[in-house]
Amino acid sequence: MARNKRAIPEINAGSMADIAFLLLIFFLVTTTMDVDTGIQRKLPPIPEEDQLDPPDQANKRNIFIVLVNAYDQLLVNEEPMQVEDLKEKAKAFIDNNGDGSCTYCRGAQSPQLSDNPTKAIVSLQNDRGTSYEMYIKVQNELAAAFSELREDISMRKFDKPFAELSDEESKEVKGMYPQMISEAEPKNIGS
Amino acid sequence: MSKFKKKQGDSQPAISTASLPDIVFMLLFFFMVTTVMREVTLLVEVKLPAATEVEKLRRKNLVSYIYVGKPTRPLQATFGTEPRMQLNDTYASVEQIQEFVGQERDARNEEEAKALTNSIKADGEVKMGIITDIKQELRKAQSFKLNYATRRDLKDIK
Repeated sequence: MARNKRAIPEINAGSMADIAFLLLIFFLVTTTMDVDTGIQRKLPPIPEEDQLDPPDQANKRNIFIVLVNAYDQLLVNEEPMQVEDLKEKAKAFIDNNGDGSCTYCRGAQSPQLSDNPTKAIVSLQNDRGTSYEMYIKVQNELAAAFSELREDISMRKFDKPFAELSDEESKEVKGMYPQMISEAEPKNIGS
Repeated sequence: MSKFKKKQGDSQPAISTASLPDIVFMLLFFFMVTTVMREVTLLVEVKLPAATEVEKLRRKNLVSYIYVGKPTRPLQATFGTEPRMQLNDTYASVEQIQEFVGQERDARNEEEAKALTNSIKADGEVKMGIITDIKQELRKAQSFKLNYATRRDLKDIK
């Protein structure tokens, strides 16, 4: 190239930057940097046809029943409730430690609430008329109850927030407060 | 340019802009790689509900979206205001989900097909009936990973 400089004039690369800028601006404008966020859930597999209903092993006190009706009203363990109170109630239920086997719990050991966190099941059932917003709110509050308990235990045990735990530690903490939210099989009632 | 050439004889040479395209290209490639083009035109109005306990969706190429909401304004004249479900670029009935999941699986290799997540992007005002139906169909399609798309709400929800 350099040798031929006299014969053939060098191609002007000055406009290359302009072209590249044009493309750059196009991609800048079309790029959406928003990260999709959401609540992760795992659906249960469909029960086999011939399988009978699972035997009712869970003691009644170990189930925290949350019902949401078509008017977005909550019924928690047969008691009407506001969404704002759901998180505290759920925490009290999970952390109750009724049988005293949970050494890290700080619950009230009430005979009405769960035996220990590994047995505590949150059962959620909604109506077909429930609004999606309400459903997400309830899911969010329940998830918040679990994550606050996990946060608490990880601060006490490992002295750092849950998000900074190593894989093994976070597994241990998750094992202490397993997130068991079960959703009732949808029932078709009058629809 | 001729102006610059004249100056070269002087003591101060012009700052070379030869590397400018390189820098710009570097930026360009960065944006090209990170860009996710909007694949579908939304036919439904979706205003996501807010939540605080949210997780990020990783690996966007392994996420298939299900949109639920009222048809957008211009389409309301023909389709009414009943919430509808959108898969890809068209309205779909709930029964078509199994087919849709099948298609999404076939488009990936076996390893990736297992990691597929379905993300429900539903409007806050939608009733749970349609969502429950979608969930049932997803269960039938053996696609159990689900994500309820929400906005991140930094404040406590009111």
